[in-house]
Amino acid sequence: MNYLLIADIAKSLLLARWRQSLVAAIGVTFSITMFIALLGFMNGLNDLLDGLILNRTPHVRLFNEIKPSLEQPVNLSDEFKGGYNFIRSVKSSGSRPEIYNSAAIMQAISADPRVRGFAPKITSPVLYNAGTIDITGTVSGIDVVAESDLFFFKDYVTAGEPLDLKNVGNSIVLGKGVADKLLAEIGDVVQVTTSKGGRLPLKVVGFFQSGIQELDKVQSYASISTAQKLLGKPNNYITDIQVKLTDLQMAPAVAREYAQRFGADAEDIQTANSQFETGSFVRTLISYVVGITLLIVAGFGIYNILNMMIYEKMDTIAILKATGFSGGDVRKIFLGIALSIGLLGGLLGLVLGFSLSLLIDQIPFNTAALPTVKTYPVNYNPYFYVIGIVFALLTTYLAGYFPARKASKIDPVIIIRGK
Amino acid sequence: MAQTVLQSIHVSKYFSDPVRVQVLKDLSFSIDRGEFVSVTGKSGCGKSTLLYILSTMDTDYEGDLHIDNESMRGKSEAQLARIRNEKIGFVFQFHYLLNEFTVLKNVMLPGLKLRKYPEDEVEHRAMERLRALDIDGLALKKANQLSGGEKQRVAIARALINDPLIIMGDEPTGNLDKKNSDIVFDIFRRLSIEFRQTLLIVTHDQGFAGNTDRVIEMEDGRIIAPG
Repeated sequence: MNYLLIADIAKSLLLARWRQSLVAAIGVTFSITMFIALLGFMNGLNDLLDGLILNRTPHVRLFNEIKPSLEQPVNLSDEFKGGYNFIRSVKSSGSRPEIYNSAAIMQAISADPRVRGFAPKITSPVLYNAGTIDITGTVSGIDVVAESDLFFFKDYVTAGEPLDLKNVGNSIVLGKGVADKLLAEIGDVVQVTTSKGGRLPLKVVGFFQSGIQELDKVQSYASISTAQKLLGKPNNYITDIQVKLTDLQMAPAVAREYAQRFGADAEDIQTANSQFETGSFVRTLISYVVGITLLIVAGFGIYNILNMMIYEKMDTIAILKATGFSGGDVRKIFLGIALSIGLLGGLLGLVLGFSLSLLIDQIPFNTAALPTVKTYPVNYNPYFYVIGIVFALLTTYLAGYFPARKASKIDPVIIIRGK
Repeated sequence: MAQTVLQSIHVSKYFSDPVRVQVLKDLSFSIDRGEFVSVTGKSGCGKSTLLYILSTMDTDYEGDLHIDNESMRGKSEAQLARIRNEKIGFVFQFHYLLNEFTVLKNVMLPGLKLRKYPEDEVEHRAMERLRALDIDGLALKKANQLSGGEKQRVAIARALINDPLIIMGDEPTGNLDKKNSDIVFDIFRRLSIEFRQTLLIVTHDQGFAGNTDRVIEMEDGRIIAPG
C-alpha cells in the first residue's frame, strides 16, 4: 500500500525533528486538556445550578389560578345578550383553590404514555406559632414517595428520615430557616395555624434545606393527609398536580392540552423558568468559545512549525519529487505529519483532560446553600471528548493544509539548481 | 536496430525574468539505447536547463519531448512523477540523499514508491546494487555520516533501483576530488558496458566528457556538435 510508504516517510520526518514535533503536540495537548476540563467543569456547574431549580420544578403543573371568572353572570343572561356589557370592579374568585375531580384527572394522567410520573400536592399558607410570635410560611402536603422519585425530595432532607412523614401521623419536615427561628429540634412538636383558623400540633421528623435560603425560611412539608386534616378538607382535596414528562421539550404542548382537557390552569417548565435555560445556554456558549479559541491558537503553533519544517526540508521535498513522488504524495506526507501531531496531542489531551476533571471533582466545595454537594461538580459527557478530538484533528488538518500545499508546489528544479 | 530512448524535438526555452531571454534554441536530437552521452559546454550555455527539461521536472518549454517513444506533452504532474520514478534515474552534483533515512532506505525509496516488487524484494535489490558499487557495508548508516564520494555512489545505487531506461547526471563529479571522480566515472563506464545502461551526463569536466561514447557540445543555447 502506497499510504504505508507515505506514512513511513512522514514518521521519519516527524521523528527527525522530534523536539519540534513534541512542542507542537504539547500545544494541542494543552488546549484539548483545558477544553475538556473547562467544558466538564462549566457543564457540571450548569447542571448543578439548573438542578437546583429544574429538578424540583414539575414539567407541567396543574392548578387553579386565583383570577376573575371569564364568564360573568350578566353575559349568561338572555336579557342582555343583545348588547356589549361593560362590567366594572370585577373581583377574582378564589373560593375553591382545589382541582375539581382530581381523582379522575390523576387517573387520566397516569394513563398518558408521555408522562413519567406525577405527584399530587396541597399548598396552604400557614402561621408557625412559637411562644408569642407567629411566623408566616407555607406547608405543602406531598406524597413523599412520588415526590422523592420525581423531584429528589429525599436529597434535600438534611436531617431526619423523610419517609417518617408518611409513617408518623401528624408529622412535619421543617425548612431549615423555619426550624432555626422556631428553635425546633427533631422530635419536638410545633403548632401550625392556617389562615382559616384551623390549628394543629405537628411533630418535627426532619429538616429540609433546598439551597435557596428564602424558600427554607418559609417552606415546610407534611403528608397529604396531614395537610388535608390541617385545612379541614376531605381526602379528595388537591390543589396542584405536578407532572414530570419523559421529554422536557413536550411540556408546552402537554400543558396546553391538559389545560383544555381538565379545565384547570396548566403551566409548563419553559414558561416558569425561562431564565435558567438562557443562563445555561450562555455559560455553555462561553466555554465552547474559550475551548475553541485555545485550539485555534494551538493550530497556529502547528502551522508555524510545519512551515518551518518545510523550509528546512526543501531539499528532501525536491529529491522526493525528482525520484518520482508527485506533488500529491508530498502533500499527503505533510498532512500526515500534521494529523499525527493532532491525533497524538489530542488523545493525550483527552486523557489529561479526564485526569484534570477527576482532580477538580476531588476539590472540596462546601456551601450551606447546597447540602448535597461536597466537591466541585464535573460533567463527564462523552460528547465533549468526541468534540475535543474532532476539533483537534480539524484544526491540525487546517494548520497543515496550507504548508502542505506549499510543499507540494515546490519546484524541484529551483532547489536542485539553486545550490 | 537502435532503439530510441529519448528524443528532443525542437525544444526551446525562455527565461522571462527580468527580460525575456531565449536560453535554449530549437534543440533536436535523440539518444539511443545503450549510449553513454555527455553534454558539455561553458557555464551558462543552457546544458543544465536542457537536462531538467529532458528529466520532465521542468515543463515550461516549447517543442516536444519523447521518452520511450511517448510524448511528455500534456501529461499531468502525477503522470510525470510516475515516469521519473519508473524510467529515469538521477544523480545530482550535490548527492541529495535524505538525511532522515539510512543509506539502504534511501536506495529503496524510489523502489517502494514504484511498487513493482514487494518490500523485501526491493530491499534485496537495493543490497545487490550497493554490493555492486562496493558500499554494502554502509547500508545501515545514516546518510549524513557518509563522505562525499560515498554519498555519490549511494545516489547512483538509488538511481539504479528501478532499472531505469536512462540515468541522468547533473555534474555528478563536479563536487568530488580526482580519485572519487574516477571511481564515479568507472561505475558509469561499467554500467554502460556490462548492462548496456543508457546514460546522459551533463558535465563541464572535459576529461570526463572525453571518455564517453558521444559528446554533445553546446554553446549559447545551441548544439554546436551533436557528437
